[in-house]
Amino acid sequence: MSKAFIAVLRRDLLLAWRSRADLLVALSFFVVVASLFPFGVGSDPDQLRAIGPGVVWVAALLATLLALPRMFSQDFDSGVLEQLLLSQEPPVVWVSAKIAAHWLSTGLPLVVVSPLLALMYGLKPSAIEVLALALLIGTPILSLIGAIGAALTLGLRGAGSLLALLVLPLMVPVLIFGAGSVDAWASGIGLRAHLLLMGGGLFAALALAPFASAAALRITMD
Amino acid sequence: MNLFKFSSPQTFYSLAGKLAPAFGVIAAVLAAIGLYISFFVAPTDAVQGEVYRIIFIHVPAAWMSMVIYLAMAFWSAIGLGLGTRVSFYMSKALAPTGALFCFLALWTGALWGRPTWGTYWAWDARMTSQLLLLFLYFGHIALTNAIEDARRADKAGAIIALVGAVNIPVIYFSVKWWNTLHQGSSINLTKISVVNTMLIGMLIMALAAWAYSIAVALVRVRSIILERERRTEWAGVEIAAQGGRA
Repeated sequence: MSKAFIAVLRRDLLLAWRSRADLLVALSFFVVVASLFPFGVGSDPDQLRAIGPGVVWVAALLATLLALPRMFSQDFDSGVLEQLLLSQEPPVVWVSAKIAAHWLSTGLPLVVVSPLLALMYGLKPSAIEVLALALLIGTPILSLIGAIGAALTLGLRGAGSLLALLVLPLMVPVLIFGAGSVDAWASGIGLRAHLLLMGGGLFAALALAPFASAAALRITMD
Repeated sequence: MNLFKFSSPQTFYSLAGKLAPAFGVIAAVLAAIGLYISFFVAPTDAVQGEVYRIIFIHVPAAWMSMVIYLAMAFWSAIGLGLGTRVSFYMSKALAPTGALFCFLALWTGALWGRPTWGTYWAWDARMTSQLLLLFLYFGHIALTNAIEDARRADKAGAIIALVGAVNIPVIYFSVKWWNTLHQGSSINLTKISVVNTMLIGMLIMALAAWAYSIAVALVRVRSIILERERRTEWAGVEIAAQGGRA
């Protein structure tokens, strides 16, 4: 079972590495969206510092959303998904591997780049650490929830906007606690509660989302 | 009695045909009584004046919007678990009514908020989670309509309804943590802060909303059954009969 997990993970990471231009597009999207806000709301440093964490989080949410259809669509088109479903491995195993690979190739780069954006918004170094930590815990949840939506909308016309409508409302709690953690830390309430809740959310999503995604894929390929 | 008898589309079709008008009549009678109490019996509120009467629409609509989502999730679970087509049809038939009540709750809330809070909209916990619930309804309706293969649409809709139902408490509590302005619930089991006639009026309106939702969902499920089962013999006969009448 763990063999199948590792094999699918390696394959997906390799494929992601070979089409790294696509990944750079999602990453650039993240940076561009986050850089747009000052043009809209003005360059007042205090204001930017206040909205910074929220802007970075929303941009991360949108960048994740942009990359989500990639999770299954190529394998769907090439027939790999069908073969995987026919194999004797439980779908949850390789679906989890695919989600993990997807997060490693699209979510993790967002976490790595986020301090740069936070600097542009004038966040304090310690606040930047908090933001990156929150993103590190939160972005896997986004990938996990997104996987369900990606599996359900696979191969549909207008899948992208439909996917946004389906998963964005479900991602709101992550956004609240993710962006809220920086504010909580800055106001002196402390991080603990926010991070613990997000950690709890991550484990709940880890336990449930792969099953829901696997069920959704079965329905899609039926 | 064997409940599974009604999992056959044909038997459920005729059952729904008998029940829908009955619930329609109940809804009309209850709404008439409820509206009479709301407008003529219930006293004017000491603080809010006449404007509080929106409560008689607002609260039942908000309750209904949540109950219907749970009902959708319930039928979805039954459908996925037992493989009964009619359960999926019920889930699909409930969605537009749920979205309607959700929208109604938001709209009447805005109209109520303007004179009492001085604003149509605030980013408060209950309002925001109600808005997100509306998005969940839209997502469900959009997904089931976007998938052409009817069976895949049924099951995909069921999965998203269940995922949504699991998420609703999470969304509610996270949004509550995030911000709260909405007045506390006026009704709970331990202490009741509205006077009796108001409560009775509200409960009757809520029952009217229940009856209306059931009636409308049953009418809608009948057309869904006919559409899906149109290739079967009995449905063909039924469609021909209705076509002749029209």
